[in-house]
Amino acid sequence: MLPNALPDQIAMSTSALPGPQLLRTGVVARLRRGLTPLTFTALAVALIVALPLLSLAASLTQTGTGSLQHLSRTVLPAAVLNTIGLILLVGSGTAFVGVITAWLVTAFRFPGSRHLEWLLLLPMAMPAYIIGYVYTDALAFVGPVQSALRAWFGWSKADYWFPDIHNLGGVSLMLTLVLYPYVYMLARSAFIEQSACTMDASRTLGGSMSESFWRIALPLARPAVAAGVALVLMEALADFGTVEYFGIHTFTTVIYRTWFGMGDRIAAAQLSIGLLCFVFVLAALERQARGSRRFARTSRRERILGARPLRGVTATAALAACALPVLLGFAVPAFLLVRLHLSGGDPLFGARFAQYATNSFMLAGMAAVIVVAAGALLAYALRVSASPLTRLAVRFATLGYAIPGTVVAVGILLPLGLFDNTLDRFMRGSFGISTGLLFSGTLVALMFAYLVRFLAIATGGIEAGYARIGMNVDYAARTLGSTQGALAGRIHAPMLRRSLLTAGLVVFVDVMKELPATLIVRPFNLDTLAIRAYQLASDERLAQSSTAALAIVVIGILPVLLLTSAMRQRH
Amino acid sequence: MSTLTNRRQFLATSAGLTVALTAPAIVRAQAAQVLNLYSSRHYDTDEALYANFTTGTGIRVNRIEAAPDALIERMRAEGANSPADVFVSVDAGRIERARELGLLAPVNSEVLASRVPASLRDPNGYWFGFSSRARVIMYNKDKVSPAELSTYEELANPKWKGRLLTRSSTAIYNQSLTGSILAANGEAATETWARGIVANMARPPRGGDTDQFRACAAGEGDLAIANTYYLGNAIRKPQPADAAVLEKIAVFFPNQGGRGTHINISGGGLCASSKNPHAAVRFLEYLVSEPAQRFLADGNDEYPVVAGVAPPATIARFGSFKPDQLNAGVFARNNALALQIMDRAGWK
Repeated sequence: MLPNALPDQIAMSTSALPGPQLLRTGVVARLRRGLTPLTFTALAVALIVALPLLSLAASLTQTGTGSLQHLSRTVLPAAVLNTIGLILLVGSGTAFVGVITAWLVTAFRFPGSRHLEWLLLLPMAMPAYIIGYVYTDALAFVGPVQSALRAWFGWSKADYWFPDIHNLGGVSLMLTLVLYPYVYMLARSAFIEQSACTMDASRTLGGSMSESFWRIALPLARPAVAAGVALVLMEALADFGTVEYFGIHTFTTVIYRTWFGMGDRIAAAQLSIGLLCFVFVLAALERQARGSRRFARTSRRERILGARPLRGVTATAALAACALPVLLGFAVPAFLLVRLHLSGGDPLFGARFAQYATNSFMLAGMAAVIVVAAGALLAYALRVSASPLTRLAVRFATLGYAIPGTVVAVGILLPLGLFDNTLDRFMRGSFGISTGLLFSGTLVALMFAYLVRFLAIATGGIEAGYARIGMNVDYAARTLGSTQGALAGRIHAPMLRRSLLTAGLVVFVDVMKELPATLIVRPFNLDTLAIRAYQLASDERLAQSSTAALAIVVIGILPVLLLTSAMRQRH
Repeated sequence: MSTLTNRRQFLATSAGLTVALTAPAIVRAQAAQVLNLYSSRHYDTDEALYANFTTGTGIRVNRIEAAPDALIERMRAEGANSPADVFVSVDAGRIERARELGLLAPVNSEVLASRVPASLRDPNGYWFGFSSRARVIMYNKDKVSPAELSTYEELANPKWKGRLLTRSSTAIYNQSLTGSILAANGEAATETWARGIVANMARPPRGGDTDQFRACAAGEGDLAIANTYYLGNAIRKPQPADAAVLEKIAVFFPNQGGRGTHINISGGGLCASSKNPHAAVRFLEYLVSEPAQRFLADGNDEYPVVAGVAPPATIARFGSFKPDQLNAGVFARNNALALQIMDRAGWK
């Protein structure tokens, strides 16, 4: 049994601000004082990133063509239920798989555990719609599995039952398989960074391994797990390709149907805002539940949590539990893609293809740097400024991840077009010079799109990293005369190295897979692997599209491997 | 210490600014003779189609290929400064919407008016069809005799209960088909028809058109509603899953005794924002030339619109048919109501 009051070192008390009262009032007051240039910049960045959302919000003042009434009488109720079901299934699924696997590979040693550490990240490289396509293709009535069964047993349609994945459970499984790595990654970082002393203390006080997990490790990792699940849910809410292919109506498919099927842009924007409110409430609830507890480490001298060797049945069970998500989320779909590729791959495979790959790589690399820089700025501003305005702006700015890609992309086009055209009118009126479209249709616009779409990943990941650095570090540094810039650059950055790298690599992989914004916002003649895969798949040329899909996966693995070595650095 | 940080910040900021300010200029550096194409076609033969135009005219073709709705939104956002010269869509509904939104300008061209049949172009020259596809009934030869088939309307007959395969109402092709039935029979009859279709479905709608006739060949249903070019694609480049398709699936052109089979177009028009309308019209006229018609049709196994140009062998084998003469703009304008009807009928 654990005693109720844990040693101070565990630092999970409701107020983790140590040190003399004097220090607290003096430095805190300085830290929390109004708008410094840094927080001002952060506020500006947040507002710019929030522009597309604000342009959607402008729709609230208008009325559409009456589609909302029609929708609420027909498809909307089922769509809302499906969306809630999707959130519950994917949220619990990814939390379960991500946390269990992260705990197993961190706290125990079993055959293959060192390899599974990185193998478990691989499904992240698999775009959700691709895994949906290959599984439905393989498991369909006409697919290889059922065809083989019918051939062997001489069955026809009515003679046998076969699990149907075209339902909410099926699509949730697909999304869980490719999204759990977000939770795994953040949970694992949190477990690794937990002081071995903490666990030792718990064990010394008589706690079993599972008690230590439930009462120490998991609560300490909670901000990380919550951040991971939040990213997963936003990604799941924004998904269109997979749910549409599975024939499941969700809030997102209804938004598409309203906009593109019924041509009611206003109602679609209003629905998008509804979706956002939902996300906002969800995020606020989690933060509320976490309360004012702080989860920082107190010392940097700790040892890494020692992994306990497992043997026999428990080792096999651990291996199976960790191998299953890798098999289903990566190995099987990759095998199916290779099989499709061999049955008739992309006819343009060759020099042209290398160009697609280079474009994807460059865009993803540029975006990773820009998005992480902005994310770090916002996370830092959140840390040093308690201004409610900053907080609200950052929360709002990072909602872009939850909006369906096409909607957010259109939301980006609008303010850009407005800016360009207003500037053009002004320049023409004042100087007789036409500036045309300055940003629309350029790389700058595309990077802006990625920033809006993926800022949540960077900010969330870096915030989770910050949560593990006690505020006393900041107080000490500021007491010793450090400027805000020096605090961020010389003190936080090295401590956050892993969080920054992780955020950058996740953004990289996500941009590689990103489709709708790239498709709409890009400059002329810029093709990427994701675009190529989509174009062929949208023509129902699945085998041909498998080549580009495989290339996305292969290039996506590179950063995953980098990420692994980054995560291992501390061993 | 803080000087160093400041210098770094300064360097980072100026590097960022330089990139931000020069990137648009670099991207924008273009040759004089350029045609900017916003297209939702993206077939590999299109490259040869554009290269041939460049060879003949010296005009280079810049492309952005995306879903038509996305391109429409982009043109709307870019406004009068949009670089788009020509908009190409693979569905009449979308190109008609572009016209309704004022994104297209009329073209008065003798070449286009004479070579494109009246039902496949806008009466005022806002858009022109360049290739067409028929939405047909595909049936499993082992299960269905063509004598049992007649019209789209008949697919709602209870005798087909549990035997019909079709995709979701989200698919624009089903919206356009329903839009044409709406034009022929009116709202009430169309809703009754849609309910009959839903009642006859062999399974809830899922997947694309290819998935429907593959399932039909495998015996999951007996009839499938699909566009001709998907079967043409399967014939041109069969996948392992298509072996049964080639053996068992046949095409039936419905409504031959009446208004004809529903066809949809891939079409294009001059953008209202075009700074280069002369080149744009040349391009549109090029698309109805014989070599271009062949590229367009072969690229996606579609029917050429110009009389005298033969369809590719992959679809010519289905035989000739009488197409519905309803102007594409009419069923296009019916799309939104058609979708609401399908929603009410429970067509997922």
